[in-house]
Amino acid sequence: MPTLPMPDLLLELFSEEIPARMQAQACHDLRKLVADALVARGLTYEGARALATPRRLVLHIAGLPARQPDMREERKGPRVGSPEGAIRGFLKSAGLQSIDQARIEKDPRKGEFYVTTIERAGKPTAELLAEVLPEVVRGFPWPKSMRWGASSAKPDALRWVRPLHSILCTFGPETEDPEVVAFEINGTRSANVTFGHRFMAPAPIKVRRFDDFVASLEKAKVIVDPERRKNIILHDARDLALAQGLELVEDEGLANEAAGLVEWPVVLMGEFEAAFLDIPPEVIRATIRANQKCFVLRDPTSGGLANRFVLVANMIASDGGRAIAAGNARVVRARLSDAKFFWETDLRVPLAARLPKLDGIVFHEKLGTQSKRVKRIMALARELAPLVGADPEKAERAAQLAKADLVSEMVGEFPELQGLMGRYYGLAQGEDASVAAAIEEHYKPQGPNDRVPTDPISVAVALADKIDTLVGFWAIDEKPTGSKDPYALRRAALGVIRIVLENALRLHLLDAMKEPMKRVHDARKLQHAAHRTPKEQEEDEIFEAAFEDKRAEDHQWVLLFFAERLKVHLREQGARHDLIDAVFALPGQDDLLMIVRRVEELGKFLDTEDGGNLLTGYRRAANILRAEEKKDGAGAFDEPRAADLLVLPEEKALATALARATADAAACVGNEDFAGAMRALSLLRPPVDAFFDKVTVNAADPRLRGNRLRLLNELRRAVHNVADFSKIAEAAASLVRGAPSGPAHKAASPGP
Amino acid sequence: MLNDNPLDPRRSFQGLILTLQGFWAAQGCVVLQPYDMEMGAGTFHPATTLRSLGPRPWKAAYVQPCRRPKDGRYGQNPNRLQHYYQFQVIMKPSPPDLQDLYLGSLAAIGIDARLHDIRFVEDDWESPTLGAWGLGWECWCDGMEVSQFTYFQQVAGFECAPVSGELTYGLERLAMYVQGKESIFDLNFNGRDGAEEVSYGDVFLQAEEEYSRYNFEHADTDMLFRHFKDAETECRRLLESGAPTAGSNEPRHRLAEPAYDQCIKASHLFNLLDARGVISVTERQSYILRVRELAKACGAAWLQTAGGGA
Repeated sequence: MPTLPMPDLLLELFSEEIPARMQAQACHDLRKLVADALVARGLTYEGARALATPRRLVLHIAGLPARQPDMREERKGPRVGSPEGAIRGFLKSAGLQSIDQARIEKDPRKGEFYVTTIERAGKPTAELLAEVLPEVVRGFPWPKSMRWGASSAKPDALRWVRPLHSILCTFGPETEDPEVVAFEINGTRSANVTFGHRFMAPAPIKVRRFDDFVASLEKAKVIVDPERRKNIILHDARDLALAQGLELVEDEGLANEAAGLVEWPVVLMGEFEAAFLDIPPEVIRATIRANQKCFVLRDPTSGGLANRFVLVANMIASDGGRAIAAGNARVVRARLSDAKFFWETDLRVPLAARLPKLDGIVFHEKLGTQSKRVKRIMALARELAPLVGADPEKAERAAQLAKADLVSEMVGEFPELQGLMGRYYGLAQGEDASVAAAIEEHYKPQGPNDRVPTDPISVAVALADKIDTLVGFWAIDEKPTGSKDPYALRRAALGVIRIVLENALRLHLLDAMKEPMKRVHDARKLQHAAHRTPKEQEEDEIFEAAFEDKRAEDHQWVLLFFAERLKVHLREQGARHDLIDAVFALPGQDDLLMIVRRVEELGKFLDTEDGGNLLTGYRRAANILRAEEKKDGAGAFDEPRAADLLVLPEEKALATALARATADAAACVGNEDFAGAMRALSLLRPPVDAFFDKVTVNAADPRLRGNRLRLLNELRRAVHNVADFSKIAEAAASLVRGAPSGPAHKAASPGP
Repeated sequence: MLNDNPLDPRRSFQGLILTLQGFWAAQGCVVLQPYDMEMGAGTFHPATTLRSLGPRPWKAAYVQPCRRPKDGRYGQNPNRLQHYYQFQVIMKPSPPDLQDLYLGSLAAIGIDARLHDIRFVEDDWESPTLGAWGLGWECWCDGMEVSQFTYFQQVAGFECAPVSGELTYGLERLAMYVQGKESIFDLNFNGRDGAEEVSYGDVFLQAEEEYSRYNFEHADTDMLFRHFKDAETECRRLLESGAPTAGSNEPRHRLAEPAYDQCIKASHLFNLLDARGVISVTERQSYILRVRELAKACGAAWLQTAGGGA
């Protein structure tokens, strides 16, 4: 029997202009919703693809079977002799006329049951499509949708992103004329007709399947594939630039948006007066991009922007695009005039003179105005300055001016230029170059790929800004939960981590946070006190105490929060999370750089044979201790061991080695020489092995037993000088556990 | 080619207005005259705000002078005015071919779709003071926004049933485009040449200077605050006294439109106070909210009138 070609589905939802930013997600949703609905009905397919233009959503599903497969299902019914009601229910659900149609099966434990086999013939796919597609359209997850026209008064009115005008839906194999999948939504009947470009080819077009659909539309000046439109835009834009000896300033986001605004891209070049090039290039770009969706061009000879721009029209105009380019240039000129006006007006007002305006801007209802925030950041930047090698005066000045550009005309118009404009204005107004740079850089790093500031002034202000944010929002209990982090606190913490690590800064987080935390709490207390009525004053003492508790709590929170962020950061860099835990478990770890150094050294050490064996020895000691502490109580072996109770040469040797290793390791840790500390510990390996080989810990003499356990406890403590080895994952020592008795080191293997 | 007709929309500002009126009149719209109160946008006209509520069909077109005190530039900026004109079209329910009708109106004023790049670019509309929102576009001609196109979804806090389609043309900007002028003040108002020409600046430049002074420097803010309160109080009072009383044989609201006038007044007074810079950021929100509450109450009253379908 010859295999029949599998039919294809073509669906087009033709509407008024769909917002560019929604098209990609809509393609994804359309494909997924239809494909899932088909799969749920037992229909598999070879391939599915969704495409969009400003006026249409298109779905092509290739290789669908013509019919749904037949279904067979065993249905178990009630026990023989069940009440009438149960029998009736079974007959109804199984679609039987009388109980004689069911057979009886015996269950060895429960007796006799009615059973029937339900067979359902598969429906034609086209029929299923006619059910599925209207459901998908009616339930489509547009981020914003609307009603329109006379039908909008009805309660069940269809909602779509913009008015939906026609639906094309065909289904059939390549060899035959496909049929129209017939359905109706909101009074619109599906058909096999589409329409070309709004202005260049608006006439209806009869369509059979996807191939001729794409080809006919292309003839009618519509390119259905957004990726192709984007490539045409980029290709033509580069060409056009090159022809003028210029370079396109590439912009992926803009290319995607432009592709979502046209059905037939026509790339044209426009020009503006060179005098506008006095405006900072970022401003020119923001103006032209945000308002006009146009690309800017670079002049390779000067390295700066050229006084040209590239626009993407949707029209092959009768004059070759001259009027369109001229019209766009007019608008660009007007916009640049505005920008030039903002730039020149802003330059006349010193940044410091803008500060009073920050009084009127609420940063957060519970944290006061931007002005108050700036004062906090100034104080903190000054405190941090000596720790990061910055001049405190300059750091304070930079912090004072850091937010001043928020009330400039330009940033009011283009919020994305915050910081950058402050830098330009600061420089032009004679601020110190590193102060000006810090105004821009204090926002950095914005994300994991953004640059980290390195100039000490920038570092001081960037840290101060982020720590103020963290401390402030913690104080008012706006902590991130799950996927919700409305104030980007995780990003702020990661920013602090990256600044500290990449600049190799020594900073005790708790110390650094102490003052800002106190400032925020004091301000909150004041605010609170202002709202007290005499009647409530007796509660104030309780409140005071609660504030103290809260502060202590916040300190714990800071460490945990940073520990979490640091773990995420280090994991991304390939570090083992258990080693991070092992270091964080030590008390008072708030020096990020040292934590990371210690984690690195620990990783290296565990990779050596000595390290692996020491871990094994540690585990044996810790396991024994845990078991014995259960019997004798926690802390039972915390006393120092007694020298006169050391009997065997191996325990004496371990005691001596321990005393020495503990002293050496502690001295090394004191000098932040973690490698040295681990080397010192590694010398414990032979005496530890020998001890476990020859010495019975649980001796019959309780005094000997106690003393030996105290000795092991000493070993545990010595190791904890460097890291809490109990947090190190079992995987690192899994080979050891399978080892028979005998010295552990034979079976030990280096860590992964 | 341009002809000698002074009322050619490409020659005169008034010709542009008359052409648009003629075009929309031919589509069955009632052509209204501007509402005789100060307002920030043509949408505030009761022919749009109130008539877009309720089930009764409605088609109207009108010019509305708009006052935006904050936008004044003492006549110094070629693109910004504190007083300008909008041409407003409202069609309820929105006809299925509203986009085509709109494009037809552009053709009527001389914008040839074969020569220009006309685009519908997402721009959703929201008026916090009116408690209204809708979806639609800004309409671009060669990269310039020449109109707003909105399908009203909600007005005065009520779902629009049915939905109206609203078009707003920025007349000065459109005129600059079709006349090829770089400054609003250079627009030819009457379409005559030489000594007979009256420019937009001849008509409005002095007013721009004077009103900018008034808006930014001279408006008596104590009085404006007082008037805001007065308008708010009057609006509430009218809403109450016009409300249908239980058991009476008049089931409808009797003062919805006069009450709404006071809402328009309050909104404009707020704009004046805002321009004078005497409303702080936090207060701003609460003033907007107060106007919105009036607008919602007026919308509710309108729905209890014959015009609102009651």
